[in-house]
Amino acid sequence: MAIQFTLNGKPQTVDVNPNMPLLWVLRDTLGMTGTKFGCGLALCGACTVHIDGDTTRSCVTPISSVSGKKITTIEGLSPDRSHPVQRAWIEIDVPQCGYCQSGQIMSASALLAKKAQPSDSDIDDAMKGNICRCGTYQRIRDAIHRAAQLHTASSDGERNDWRETAEFEPASETIVAGGAA
Amino acid sequence: MSLDTPVLNRRNFLKTGAMGATGLLVGFYLPGPAEALAAATAVPEATAALNAWVHVGTDDMVTIFIDKSEMGQSILTGLAMIAAEELECDWNNVRTEFAPADKVYINPRFGVQGTGGSSGTPTSWGPLRNASASARVMLLQAAAKKWGVDPAECRAENSTILHVSSTRRLSYGSLADAAAKLPIPQNVPLKDPKQFHTIGKPTKRLDTPDKVNGSAQYGIDSRLPGMLYAVVARCPVFGGKVAGFDGAKAKAVPGVKDVIQISNGVAVIADNTWTAMQGRKALDVKWDEGPNANVSSASIGKVLADRASQPGVVARQEGNVASGMETAAKKIDAVYEVPFLAHATMEPQNCTAHVRADRCDVWAPTQAQTNAQNIAAKITGLDLKSVFVHTTFLGGGFGRRFEVDFVGEAVEISKAISAPVKVTWSREDDMQHDYYRTVSYARFTAGLNAEGWPMVWTNRIACPSIVARFGPVKDNLDSRSVEGCDSVPYDIPNILVDYQMTDVGIPVGFWRSVGNSQNGFFLESFIDEVAAAGNKDPYELRRRLLLKSPRHLAVLQAAAENAGWGKPLPAGRFRGIAVVSAYSGYVAQVIEISLNRKDRTLKVHRVVCALDCGRIVNPSSIDAQARGSIVYGLTAALHGAITIDRGRVQQNNFNDYQMLRIHETPDVEVHVIPSEEPPTGAGEFVVPPVAPALCNAIFAATGKRIRRLPVRPEDLA
Repeated sequence: MAIQFTLNGKPQTVDVNPNMPLLWVLRDTLGMTGTKFGCGLALCGACTVHIDGDTTRSCVTPISSVSGKKITTIEGLSPDRSHPVQRAWIEIDVPQCGYCQSGQIMSASALLAKKAQPSDSDIDDAMKGNICRCGTYQRIRDAIHRAAQLHTASSDGERNDWRETAEFEPASETIVAGGAA
Repeated sequence: MSLDTPVLNRRNFLKTGAMGATGLLVGFYLPGPAEALAAATAVPEATAALNAWVHVGTDDMVTIFIDKSEMGQSILTGLAMIAAEELECDWNNVRTEFAPADKVYINPRFGVQGTGGSSGTPTSWGPLRNASASARVMLLQAAAKKWGVDPAECRAENSTILHVSSTRRLSYGSLADAAAKLPIPQNVPLKDPKQFHTIGKPTKRLDTPDKVNGSAQYGIDSRLPGMLYAVVARCPVFGGKVAGFDGAKAKAVPGVKDVIQISNGVAVIADNTWTAMQGRKALDVKWDEGPNANVSSASIGKVLADRASQPGVVARQEGNVASGMETAAKKIDAVYEVPFLAHATMEPQNCTAHVRADRCDVWAPTQAQTNAQNIAAKITGLDLKSVFVHTTFLGGGFGRRFEVDFVGEAVEISKAISAPVKVTWSREDDMQHDYYRTVSYARFTAGLNAEGWPMVWTNRIACPSIVARFGPVKDNLDSRSVEGCDSVPYDIPNILVDYQMTDVGIPVGFWRSVGNSQNGFFLESFIDEVAAAGNKDPYELRRRLLLKSPRHLAVLQAAAENAGWGKPLPAGRFRGIAVVSAYSGYVAQVIEISLNRKDRTLKVHRVVCALDCGRIVNPSSIDAQARGSIVYGLTAALHGAITIDRGRVQQNNFNDYQMLRIHETPDVEVHVIPSEEPPTGAGEFVVPPVAPALCNAIFAATGKRIRRLPVRPEDLA
């Protein structure tokens, strides 16, 4: 069944089993491996993407349910790691193994889009669905506060440029193990 | 680069890596031409190793070949820092590549190329400094020769060689070819640590940019042209096997390509991962459950308790415990237990393999490259030199990826179907087919004198042995099972530690800090009991008994002082302390908690951690490892238990095997004791004191000693 949606600002059509979770369409069908498989049951947050701006666990989201919707993945957050959350993550040097960080960053960016200056308790609420086995939580918290500062510093105050999904080529079009194609 | 082109042979390894990527075909390899690497195994060990670690390109880029696995511990950045320091190169010109599986990279601690046991930094420290210093001297000699000056008039700085008096300068890139033709200098003096500008400076990780935009490639991200996807149905009972299967219903799932039996079970192969999982759900397998079908946590507990009641093999004996006990004014005893624990790496186990008639390629998030190479060679019948292991980033390791079960599966399937294949484990597969942190059972007795000081200490450990999996254990004394307990650091005149090696039918493996993970809990809880029995402050007792152990003492005092030990706490707050040495590192922690005894819940407010792990390469990484280890230790102490029923693991996923989350994470302070001792690895030693410091804090609050992990609600009542 052909399903159409917007992926990182571009129209996308896939013809797959309608029950197939978005996660596996992204990873296996489209080769966009930035979104990670962690649990398959919406328990760990590694597969978090934005659907129409809201955080969604793609591992339990049937592809049929995203028809006509706007999906943003980690590859679509910015063309050049310039999203304030990515900048803060680099500045604070958050990741260890890094496997959960796509999901962490997607949850953090959605939080900041809704609440530009989150409190620690806002951060707890927004981020407690994302497991980090390496235990980077303290740096995640610091980086979210830092991203809030970076955003404030660069914003003209009249518009909310937390919006993402600019038109650009995703970073990982055709990834082949062991090197570029 | 196409993976269909068999270019990744030994001779071309560097060309397809650093040089292929930069478009350069020249450069130099220590000790000489590229061909030296082709013959690396024939080159004497010392020089072959140099050969394989540092490359200076004509474009000024320096490539450090990382022979260790990057699983979050920041070894990639740490090794690059060590190399850049001795090479005097511009940090911006440094890049890294994961090295292939090769004998030249064999880790002297294990006899295989692998990363674990906190050995990454200590085993690379010397060789990498030597290799990089040699490269620096060769570049300097090449410049001096070009200028016709005495090398003593030149110095290396910031990726250039400077002729001091004339201020002439040549870049490393412009000297690389000429340097490559020079003989390798022997015994090059290393830099005086006082001159270090990179080592010891907080440095951002080189891999962070790729970990914030989804581009970092983990094993599970491997993709090959024509690749198929597989999942494996494994016997739920450990030691069981396939009695028979019917793949018809699985094959009827659209997209399922094949169903085949392999040694670990039945593989379902499809055109994507999800379809393979759907196929597996439809699969009918009859299992022969084997000898463990009736094993349960309760039956295992009985076996261990029984074995712990009988004398074991002596791991340490000092003084005379029998006569010491006779004269003791007070005697105490206790029994401690810990459960199995899963590694639960965030990236489930997986491997991608492509087996062809003349070569086998494996892409794996592995901690043990040559073990992966060996199992692939054994399955395919190919020579080791025809098996190419491509190490990806690891989405966590913690010891799980020292195993190669997942590699064997992918290679078997690829061989059987003559196509490239990726095997992916579900979270449930990962949790139920692990090599677990072992269960363990510890008995203690102590004899105190009239003043309340311990004169006698006995400790018996009964648990399965990890190393017994690999061959006979000499005298049945597995040092990993008793590590930490056999080296109890307290100044007690009569000590006996013995061990009962006890197989219980469940696979056990290396889990972050290994034996120390449970033995730290045992030892540091019981010494707290000794303090309480003798009416001593738990910090003061430790301090007095560690006066002859200066590194223990330093971290203990630092943790206590920074935590304000002895000063009043806010109402409802309690603290506990523990100190441990593991992997040549020293660490003490003070953990501060409060309880809601009505709801039987606990909050960890603050962890003050003081540590000494020798010279620090990257303080930022030490800080991250310490904080991460504390989260890891709290996860185990508060939530961790893998239980067995009818030979099966009862836990499934993160709902019933929970991880600590951000809202449960305390404030952590890390205090580093400056040291000029050689660096130790920092990935493990901070884990062991977490559980005892936590439980000692709970004891301070409730007066109840926790002798069994994880902490249960009833412990908090």
